[in-house]
Amino acid sequence: MTEQSEQSRKNGSEGKREPILEVRDLVKHFPLSKGVLLKRQVGAVKAVDGISFDLYPGETLGIVGESGCGKSTVAKLLMNLERPTAGTIKYKGEDITRLSGRALREVRRNIQMVFQDPYTSLNPRMTVGDIIGEPFDIHPEVAPKGDRRRRVQELLDVVGLNPEYINRYPHQFSGGQRQRIGIARGLALRPEIIVADEPVSALDVSVQAQVVNLMEQLQDEFGLSYMFIAHDLSIVRHISDRVGVMYLGKMAEIGTDEQIYEHPTHPYTQALLSAVPVPDPEIREGRERIVLEGDVPSPANPPSGCRFRTRCWKAEARCAEETPLLAVPKVFEAAGTGAAHASACHFAEERAAVVVA
Amino acid sequence: MPETATAPAPVVLGKNQEPAPGQSPKGRSLWSDAWRDLRRKPLFIISAVLIVLLLAMVFFPGLFTSASPIDADLTKHFQGEPNYGHFFAPDWFGYDGQGRSVWARMVYGARASVTVGVVVTLVVTILGGIVGLVAGYFGGWLDSLLSRVTDIFQGIPFLLGAMVVLTSFAERKVWVVSAALIFLGWTQIARVARGAVITVKQADYVHAAKSLGASTSRIMFRHIVPNALAPVIVIATTALGGYIGAEATLSYLGIGLADPTVSWGIDVSSGKDALRTAPHVLISPAIMVSITVLAFIMLGDAVRNALDPKSR
Amino acid sequence: MTLLEVRDLHVDFHTRDGIVKAVNGVNYSVDAGETLAVLGESGSGKSVTAQAIMGILDMPPGRIPKGEILFQGEDMLTMSKEQRRKLRGAKIAMIFQDALSSLNPVLSVGYQLGEMFRVHQGLSRKEARAKSIELMDRVNIPAAKDRVRDYPHQFSGGMRQRIMIAMALALEPDLIIADEPTTALDVTVQAQVMELLADLQREFNMGLILITHDLGVVADVADKIAVMYAGRIVETAPVKELYKAPAHPYTRGLLDSIPRLDQKGRELYAIQGLPPNMSRVPEGCAFHPRCPAAQDICRSELPPLAEVGAGRGSACHFWKETLGD
Repeated sequence: MTEQSEQSRKNGSEGKREPILEVRDLVKHFPLSKGVLLKRQVGAVKAVDGISFDLYPGETLGIVGESGCGKSTVAKLLMNLERPTAGTIKYKGEDITRLSGRALREVRRNIQMVFQDPYTSLNPRMTVGDIIGEPFDIHPEVAPKGDRRRRVQELLDVVGLNPEYINRYPHQFSGGQRQRIGIARGLALRPEIIVADEPVSALDVSVQAQVVNLMEQLQDEFGLSYMFIAHDLSIVRHISDRVGVMYLGKMAEIGTDEQIYEHPTHPYTQALLSAVPVPDPEIREGRERIVLEGDVPSPANPPSGCRFRTRCWKAEARCAEETPLLAVPKVFEAAGTGAAHASACHFAEERAAVVVA
Repeated sequence: MPETATAPAPVVLGKNQEPAPGQSPKGRSLWSDAWRDLRRKPLFIISAVLIVLLLAMVFFPGLFTSASPIDADLTKHFQGEPNYGHFFAPDWFGYDGQGRSVWARMVYGARASVTVGVVVTLVVTILGGIVGLVAGYFGGWLDSLLSRVTDIFQGIPFLLGAMVVLTSFAERKVWVVSAALIFLGWTQIARVARGAVITVKQADYVHAAKSLGASTSRIMFRHIVPNALAPVIVIATTALGGYIGAEATLSYLGIGLADPTVSWGIDVSSGKDALRTAPHVLISPAIMVSITVLAFIMLGDAVRNALDPKSR
Repeated sequence: MTLLEVRDLHVDFHTRDGIVKAVNGVNYSVDAGETLAVLGESGSGKSVTAQAIMGILDMPPGRIPKGEILFQGEDMLTMSKEQRRKLRGAKIAMIFQDALSSLNPVLSVGYQLGEMFRVHQGLSRKEARAKSIELMDRVNIPAAKDRVRDYPHQFSGGMRQRIMIAMALALEPDLIIADEPTTALDVTVQAQVMELLADLQREFNMGLILITHDLGVVADVADKIAVMYAGRIVETAPVKELYKAPAHPYTRGLLDSIPRLDQKGRELYAIQGLPPNMSRVPEGCAFHPRCPAAQDICRSELPPLAEVGAGRGSACHFWKETLGD
């Protein structure tokens, strides 16, 4: 369902590249059950409800959305920490949702994760050396035993930590340093893809930039592909080549960072962008703010048709009946402007002065 | 990809950003932190001294008394007032109805009580820990099944259950009493362990290990067990005192340990008939039970505070 | 008129590792109808200062060895407990980050709102309920009449924060202290709540102290800013001037280090190092180990908060250079 036109435009200069990860119609429903002894299903939380996207080698795909939109579930599905209800995740053409045992372990070497909370993502009873070295214990073919200590120290150095800290424990480090340790663990197996779920949102403002810079530097150094999941639109714009906007388990809009940030056509993206506080009091006066009504509906009982219609100022009867598909809107197809990217709205249009100067 | 000239230099942390104050670059594990903390707590020191004394009584009763706890000399039947000045002498706490040294029986009684307490705690911790680990980690129908079984055992009144079990044994030695307490006591640990395992299972470091492809046994024993251990240790230490109390209670009721085993519970029981004429025969072993139970409960408290400062 | 003035406030905490000087001589003031944003990272002392003003600091381990907190000219630190209690809620109210844990889960929101009126104004149950519904309407909670009997967990995060705001407003206080009021909320809901807060402030002409780490939120609503670092104020300024020309390297670094929605750069400026451990604050200027412009004097001498313009102050030995760059 992703757009050929947009991708070929993006990759035009380098020729057509094969995606490293192809996600198609991914669905994850968590059953809601009642009863103590005999459980019966009374419904389902539709955390992810049919999303598709591609990830290309060396690029960063940002996924933004508010809490409950399913972005963290997507991360867990990609990591095979949850099994999808339906849909496929193809890594180099192979559907990893059907793998198990050794084949799965092989794939896992190539897809690693960086977690949000640096305080719960490191085992407090293990030394930093054991934490970063654990990938080598699990995949002994990557580093021979005698070589591991050196490899761990190298990794510490790569993420900007003193290699002598190898025998320390996580609680002896600050949040930013712990996040570096988590990144070092993610890098140990030399993966091709790193899925980062809110990797900086738990850090102090002055430390966030250090970690973002480190991630960018590592991407260049090791040719990594990133899935960067966050709620902070500014950071996502900074680091991403392409951006997908999620709302209630569905992809509302996806395109290059310029297409999404400069030419958003989905009303939810427009509202989201207009709500971001910009750290510049001069700009705020010239800005139009779309303040949405109400809250995000429950994913256990999402609205019919377009998920966003209950909060949308453009909603009409059609939006309740017909689910809009994620495709390049007809009006923009021929235009060749930034608005020509996939947007799941019946009434997609550009809106001036949404974002910033 | 080659490093370009514009690539940012790695941010190397300077000296002033050393994370821990004034420590060597050595690691300090949470266990060693807890131990450092514990060592300075008066509560821990008092309970540790008491427990060391008790253990000495268990292994080297001869250090405390020269008298034998079973040598009866009926000429000393309830003899005299205790001679509180005669430290460690056979007549320190007087003699009981059969003319045995009360002090010697206090010393030798430690063995049965502490053995029951330690054996029951160890087995219960391992057994309950395994049940809790399996139920909490695998979840699903296995959890439902194990939790229901735990509930059923939990539903049996502890003392009543122990009485019923013990009356079916002719010979009630230390291991029989221990087995009865284990049979009924493992549920407490199983529940605590299950809860702790479920909490730890949701931590991101477990997800991280899974996404590295770690095996189930690795996740369980490297990640879950070490982190779920703390609450189990706390409950087990506190429970140890409880098991000693339960043993004494059962022995007092006449369905726990029986003569010739020396037990504080039996002595309290035999002392009750002469409570008005010779109260020291009852009070002395009762004090031993209280001190022992208290020592382990205090130890449990101190350990809890050291392992989890937040629960204070 | 100056509504609240904090003068040379110090707050210490006695911990196992020794005395931690969490707040170290803070001065600031708020006028009626004015919004002061206190900006800082974790451990900067911004929340501790607010707790001291509110009188909800845990003492011990906390201690206020020095300082004055003047509310409408009276020092709250020398008041009796009873006097202070009367000010709380009636004159000064506080909004917390986590609305769910600030509301009692076993009482209906109507009851909790009404309690304010029953306790402080002696209204009857019925009158209090009517007032609660009115308040819930004020903070734009839809169907207030039907929802007044609902419990906190039945509301969404944004709605709960509205209820907290309603509670804070109940007795029409003169000053509201909001500690990270929107940090836990989603972007679109954040915008709603901030707008509501700003509207109400204007309507009641209240003073507002907004404690936050988010430079974006500050830019949107504040009149003036106090930037805190390691227990001290390092810069104060009217909001526009601060963003245009920061006079302290820390502020400057913060502004440069956040990615902008409207700009796409390849590399962010990153302040080196980490915020200090508060039990071992560096000598001299606390920021010197992370400061790109640090000189010898910065390592030995604590810079005072110097006046660098009308209503502007900077605690940097080299504020001229920083401003001038």
